Amino acid sequence: MDEQPPQRVRVVLAGGERRPRPEAAAREIEEQTPVGEVLVRGLIRTQLALALRVSLLVGLLFGVQPVLFALYPGAARTEVLGLPLPWLLLGLLAYPVVFGIAWAYVRAAERNERHFTDLVNRS
Amino acid sequence: MSDVSPYAVPAIVLITVATLAIGAFGYRISRNTSDFLVASRTVSPRLNASAISGEYLSAASFLGVAGLIMTYGVDMLWYPVGFTAGYLAMLLYVAAPLRRSGAYTLPDFAQARLRSTWVRALATGFVVLIGWLYLVPQLQGAGLTLSTVTGAPAWVGAVVVGVVVTLNVAVGGMRSITFVQAFQYWVKLTAIAFPAMVLLLVWFHRDGAPPPPAPAEWVVPLAGLPGEHPLFATYSLILATFLGTMGLPHVLVRFYTNPDGRAARTTTLVVLGMLGVFYLFPTVYGALGRIYVPELLGEDNADAVVLVLPGAAVGGLPGDLLSGLVAAGAFAAFLSTSSGLLVSVSGVLSTDVLGRWSGSHGSVRDFRRSAMVAGIVPLVLALQAGGLSLSTVVGLAFAVAASTFCPLLVLGIWWRRLTPVGAGAGLLVGGGLSGAAVLLTVLGPPLDGWPGALLAQPAAWTVPAAFAVMVLVSLATPGRVPVDVGRTMVQLHAPERLRLPQR
Repeated sequence: MDEQPPQRVRVVLAGGERRPRPEAAAREIEEQTPVGEVLVRGLIRTQLALALRVSLLVGLLFGVQPVLFALYPGAARTEVLGLPLPWLLLGLLAYPVVFGIAWAYVRAAERNERHFTDLVNRS
Repeated sequence: MSDVSPYAVPAIVLITVATLAIGAFGYRISRNTSDFLVASRTVSPRLNASAISGEYLSAASFLGVAGLIMTYGVDMLWYPVGFTAGYLAMLLYVAAPLRRSGAYTLPDFAQARLRSTWVRALATGFVVLIGWLYLVPQLQGAGLTLSTVTGAPAWVGAVVVGVVVTLNVAVGGMRSITFVQAFQYWVKLTAIAFPAMVLLLVWFHRDGAPPPPAPAEWVVPLAGLPGEHPLFATYSLILATFLGTMGLPHVLVRFYTNPDGRAARTTTLVVLGMLGVFYLFPTVYGALGRIYVPELLGEDNADAVVLVLPGAAVGGLPGDLLSGLVAAGAFAAFLSTSSGLLVSVSGVLSTDVLGRWSGSHGSVRDFRRSAMVAGIVPLVLALQAGGLSLSTVVGLAFAVAASTFCPLLVLGIWWRRLTPVGAGAGLLVGGGLSGAAVLLTVLGPPLDGWPGALLAQPAAWTVPAAFAVMVLVSLATPGRVPVDVGRTMVQLHAPERLRLPQR
């Protein structure tokens, strides 16, 4: 985990007595005004587009393997670092690759949320 | 097995007693659900991730994967890859919004999003079905382990784990103990990794790294799979495992213990790391098993390879000690996964079935009675079912989860126009088709050709069918979109730091 200077996130539980007044735009979101509706729709669309892009990448990285090895059986016999290529790809490399993609996704998703929060607080 | 490690039984007893003791201790400090919920808000992502991984790594992961790799070769690596990548799909589409929804179980989510009690009831039914389907191989694995290390008949282990877990859950032991599950992850990782490293050393230094004696189809993809359509089977398995994880009832509950949506993402990321480390090791057992215990191949019990291999390859006192360690790890796997599943199943049974019947709405007494029912049914099934490999049955549970809860969660979280009618229809079609395929595979006559392939790995057609039905029926019933869908969407997706007042 990246242990950057922790950015404190205040979680306000329901029913707190001294809750700060919601910002104007936050109130618009809360009250489902057309402006708030547009803001949230924008965030959902951005996050969904990000998730779909990452899925496409993962689908390509993993999805092509069975077809590739079915079409080119020779490739399956190639040895890399003393291991047959498919064993290396699935047995070893798959895990760091998945982790790396997940790590990059988390950073991007949080960036999207930060932009959204900034946008709401500025307006 | 002929040579039995004298340390295996003490190790199994030790891990069982330790689990019960920690469970009993936890019961004293957390008496009711609200204690649990308040405490849970302080659970850090790392502890929570250990708990999720500890609960998730089951008999299929600890024993089954290595057995499958040993028997069928490289194609079986898709199981552990899929078991891991399932958390990536969960991270992308479900983790943060689900935590923000505040739903504690899948039926809770269905009702909160769709405002429909009958969709909730359907979801309850599938939680119970998937939970039972997943519990059966855990109990079978326990039977296999005990008969391997002691020579006792296979039903003994299943009954022991079934009874221990049921009583423990009914008394309240495992209910809220994040700590127990986190501890089990480290037990399992140690129990699989340390012997694996010793085995690799022995193989490399003492024996000069001989290659596993295996035919070419074991080394090369798509050649060693049973059945006539290996490419279809592979893709269907990928789809089931990648998309099924998010629908497993015992996984979802743990996400509620994250403080907020952001922590839910961090937790999932740590889980991916932890699972990735664990799943490096079953392959070692599968490959080395070919060298040191080839006699397991013929006997239809390759699932025992993890248990037998250390004793056979290392030998002597070190071999006995390592055998004890893997046996303890295997029992940790059965205990933690079955407890998690049983808690989830009895939870929904007591609030949604018994509670509604008796009008007492999920009292502790209902929970205990539900735990009994929830534990006995899979035990009976496990004693009846034989011959299927552990990971195969688990794979079928994933297929049902991917065909029901995956579309419900993904469409529910990302698509405003989902209606209760559409969701219910999709659940019925996806669950009905995949459930029928499971029944025919487990109980029916052996089938060849396309019918056999389609039923043995149903996800490739049942998941798209479920999605299609949910979308089409929802589009056909636009009037039934819940009126408060806008509010729900805000709650699911708006970051907590906006400080929106929660409802």
